[in-house]
Amino acid sequence: MKHLRSIEELGVEGLRHLLDLSDHMAEINRRPIPKVPALRGKTVVSLFFEDSTRTRLSFETAAKRLSADTMTFSVSTSSVNKGESLRDTIETVAAMGVDAFVVRHKSSGVPWQISRWTEASVINAGDGWHEHPTQALLDCYTIRTALNRLDGFDGLHIAIVGDIKHSRVARSDVWAFAALGARVTLVAPNTLLPPSLKGWPVDVVHHIDDIVAKVDVLYMLRMQRERMHEALIPSLREYTASFGLTPERADRLQQHTLVMHPGPMNRGVEIAVDPAELPGSVIGQQVTNGVSVRMAVLFDLLGSGSGLAGEG
Amino acid sequence: MIDNNTHNRTSGAVLITGGTVLDRRAEQRADVRIIDGFVTDVRAGLDPEDGETVLDATGCMVSPGFVDIHVHLRQPGREEAETVESGSRAAARGGFTAVVAMPNTEPPHDSLAVVEMVRRLGEQAGLCEVLPSGCITMGRAGEALAPFAELHAAGVQIFTDDGNGVQDPLLMRRALEYGKSLGITLAQHCEVSRLTEGAVMHEGGCCSRLGVPGWPSIAEELMVFRDIELCRLTGAPVHFLHLSTAKSVDLVRAAKADGLPVTAEAAPHHFTLTDEMLSGFDPIYKVNPPLRELTDVVAVKRGLADGTIDAIATDHAPHSPELKEMPLDQAPPGMLGLETSLALSITELEIPLQEIVALLSWRPAAIAGVADRHGRDIEPGVPANITVFDPTLQWTVSSAGLASKSRNTPYAGRSVRGKVRHTIFRGAPVVVDGVAQR
Repeated sequence: MKHLRSIEELGVEGLRHLLDLSDHMAEINRRPIPKVPALRGKTVVSLFFEDSTRTRLSFETAAKRLSADTMTFSVSTSSVNKGESLRDTIETVAAMGVDAFVVRHKSSGVPWQISRWTEASVINAGDGWHEHPTQALLDCYTIRTALNRLDGFDGLHIAIVGDIKHSRVARSDVWAFAALGARVTLVAPNTLLPPSLKGWPVDVVHHIDDIVAKVDVLYMLRMQRERMHEALIPSLREYTASFGLTPERADRLQQHTLVMHPGPMNRGVEIAVDPAELPGSVIGQQVTNGVSVRMAVLFDLLGSGSGLAGEG
Repeated sequence: MIDNNTHNRTSGAVLITGGTVLDRRAEQRADVRIIDGFVTDVRAGLDPEDGETVLDATGCMVSPGFVDIHVHLRQPGREEAETVESGSRAAARGGFTAVVAMPNTEPPHDSLAVVEMVRRLGEQAGLCEVLPSGCITMGRAGEALAPFAELHAAGVQIFTDDGNGVQDPLLMRRALEYGKSLGITLAQHCEVSRLTEGAVMHEGGCCSRLGVPGWPSIAEELMVFRDIELCRLTGAPVHFLHLSTAKSVDLVRAAKADGLPVTAEAAPHHFTLTDEMLSGFDPIYKVNPPLRELTDVVAVKRGLADGTIDAIATDHAPHSPELKEMPLDQAPPGMLGLETSLALSITELEIPLQEIVALLSWRPAAIAGVADRHGRDIEPGVPANITVFDPTLQWTVSSAGLASKSRNTPYAGRSVRGKVRHTIFRGAPVVVDGVAQR
């Protein structure tokens, strides 16, 4: 594997391989000194053209635990503000000797453009509405460990609730969950669905009450407040009434049902209940697992193949 | 007022030998003699005379010069992407003896000064006739009418805000009513902009998967429908630029069946490429209106075959590499077209060669109001604007080989059939064996 740009590109074999590798990384993360020399001498550059806290820190933590050198490039302090083009930025940074770019950009497809201009590996940390493959990996890893489903998701029913149309998380999760065998249901009004779902391995319902008591995983997406201005929903109040996880709905969840969210959460909008009071919430575990799966991705792309032996 | 019949750049005698004359009449093997800018003799077996330039046309078609009613020459304002001269050279290499320059320059074609400058630059280049279009509204802003009468008096026949559709139905109605009394043609870029805010590519399965904002077909079709009805109301001619959807083609077909004075064009990329090309997020495939689905491609081809669509027009839209390397949602739309139009038409359209030439030559010449000097049957006495092309030559498109200043062709590496060999403009061989002479 040269790049990790999308789950669609990764395929089911690559997905399973990275999840297995994440188990090894999770074991490292449980050690007293969670650091190994696997990527010593490798340089990983974080290129964040869009704000992010958890994803950037998660990648940097992952790289450091594998002993890679890390550099961070954020738009606010860079030459991009002086008018430097994307290509010039990439070629300039690449000239310093870089093994991988971790890229976050508000425009869909930027990781594909960048991979045409550099020999380094490109890891998509979120591109526009398109994909966020490491989020899908950590989501799969979280479900797999929390429900003990090492062999796959056959028979699992997962609902993804909210603004699917503008969600890179949904575009990665749908393919990943389905590839592992889950039944995926999208829960959204038509205005928050993509214009066409042709070819998507999903079914659709338009009210959360239709599925809340049935699913094994309830995946709540962030509802962005600016969507209000685009006539996509009448009001946040109405959104919460039809699609929010309210205390009444939380009571209807099955005992084993997981509640997930990619963060950052809009309290009182998509989750109108204290997550600490949701027994099925694995939102904190998602963040923890993010480090392990990102270590797996970096190791798989940059590792020498000599394994993970040695303590840090 | 410019007198279009004053051709000061004529040349001596030219003899085109060994070719087949292809115009509205039956094909005929004939040599063509040109003296002082006009065809003087069309017969088999003409012998070269002393001092005559002889152009070999063995295996080639000798047809009326092509007319592209939709090109962006970028001057004034974007000379790094194209100039009137470089665009004229690309046009000549593509077999075009006349082009209509779109008005979205900086400043735009809403004043006599800009229109006359573009025309003068075209005359100075001397590679083809550059026909400036005029804006429908000042600054293409959709608020106040441009000075139609003043621009028309300077020779402008086609008025358009291309790049923008005229959103305001009242303003469009007034433009048609006022324009009708002048005998001009309004050309509409059909796009209801409220439905395409932020749009990057065709709205459908592909954009849904790629997470890219969609440009719905209905944004085009609503304006096609509106302007057909405004045409019915006012009786003023309407030309539809770059039709891209199946429904748009159907609407125009029905309007023609009703006898309305509507005309339409289609661009080669809309009958050769689909939205799937954007799967790699390369802005080279970003164009407005966007590449659509296979059903639309089939419908556009059918519209070209059955006469619903009158002209192949390239929407030649040069952009510098820096702009086409921006993220997909920020990169400007548009692709080159002038130097690949004939080849793509021959390669992709399953219609007789004479019909292809009709779509490239005399039908667009009529829309542009230049049928007195372009697209005429090749016979003694007509102005010598002539294209000689080999309809069978197989070649591979290479962006480095283009005369345009820009390189944004989506066809680089594509094998195509049919190539322009010579272009004769006002009697002068401006392209000989594919090489521009000026």
